[in-house]
Amino acid sequence: MSNVTDISTRQVWELLEAVTDPEVPVLTILDLGIVRDVKVENGTVTVVITPTYSGCPAMDVISMSIRMQLLSHGYKQVNISQVLSPAWTTDWMSEAGKEKLRAYGIAPPNPTQSVCSMELFADDEAVQCPHCSSWNTRRISEFGSTACKSLFQCNDCHEPFDYFKCH
Amino acid sequence: MQQTLINYSLYLADNSLILAQRNAEWCGHGPILEQDIALTNISLDLLGQARSFYQYAAQLINTDNPSATPASEDSLAYLRDVYNFRNCLITELPNGDWGQTILRQFFFSSWQFLLYQQMKLSSDQTLAAIAEKSLKEVTYHLRWSSEWVIRLGDGTEESHNKMTKALEELWSFTGEIFEPAPFEKAAVEAGFGIDPVSLKDAWMQKVTEILQEATLTVPAPRWMQTGGKEGKHSEHLGFVLAEMQFLQRAYPNATW
Repeated sequence: MSNVTDISTRQVWELLEAVTDPEVPVLTILDLGIVRDVKVENGTVTVVITPTYSGCPAMDVISMSIRMQLLSHGYKQVNISQVLSPAWTTDWMSEAGKEKLRAYGIAPPNPTQSVCSMELFADDEAVQCPHCSSWNTRRISEFGSTACKSLFQCNDCHEPFDYFKCH
Repeated sequence: MQQTLINYSLYLADNSLILAQRNAEWCGHGPILEQDIALTNISLDLLGQARSFYQYAAQLINTDNPSATPASEDSLAYLRDVYNFRNCLITELPNGDWGQTILRQFFFSSWQFLLYQQMKLSSDQTLAAIAEKSLKEVTYHLRWSSEWVIRLGDGTEESHNKMTKALEELWSFTGEIFEPAPFEKAAVEAGFGIDPVSLKDAWMQKVTEILQEATLTVPAPRWMQTGGKEGKHSEHLGFVLAEMQFLQRAYPNATW
């Protein structure tokens, strides 16, 4: 039996590869690192996910997409549960995901050491322009079009761009 | 114990929800687009935190009362009346001008930052997890609002005067946050709650530091407004709820 479970667990992970973030559609939910666990027991699939930000409206859509994806591949009993701890961090984003973001025109998150500090009026991280690769950029706003992004502008090519902020 | 945990969770949820609702009124009205987006982002974070606390409260209520109509995050947000809300009065006050909204957010974020730092270590695992998650978001809120208080206080004569007026409007509503309600005392006694008195000095220190940098004067101690935690609200909350709850009241169980 344990072999069967292993195979279906792997199948579920593979199926989840096809579920994307509705707001940043180049990223799969595995790229984002929000799937924390998958269990298959007696035909019931449990997928444990964690939100990127508390109020991220994409989470409900993502839960629905996971359910639809698994149902359409024959998994009839699907439980999706959310955990908050340990809190999601951009460290869990895959390298492939970061490359996809860059190609999409969004600067990928920096490594953790530059996470939001309490130092005021400081650009606390150097962010690379996804268009011309210059590091000579400036933050326009801490907050962007979605909870996970902030707004930057490149001082060299002058293009404004989104930065998937380190969190 | 269970009832204390329910009350405490609802208190935390109500504070976040009502301030989220107030901040959301700025959507489309912010002074510039980026800051309009910033404030609505903060609103969304607060709404998410409120949802987590309401979901937890609903789960506890339903375990206590399996035969009753099940409670949900929606029923707790949309179907309770003014006297059941426990939020501090400062969250329900009208927004005033941009400076007043910013100053309130700064007071509130300074408190939430200290609260969640403690609550992250709570003996109740769900409260601890919500705090751990929320603290990362509140760090952004606190930095953003601190910068704006300084920018406006130490800005032009007009912005300085407006901030002085905002301080005058809001100050007497800051004491309530640190005045423990019976359910907070019970929560501390039960081991999972945070004593608000223990946060007061650190809050005052932070506020003093930022106000000084903003060239604003920390107001002298004065009589403080209270009542929100016991459901005795200002006339403003009724109007907030009327707008927020209208759809569910008029069309029960309506969904998108």
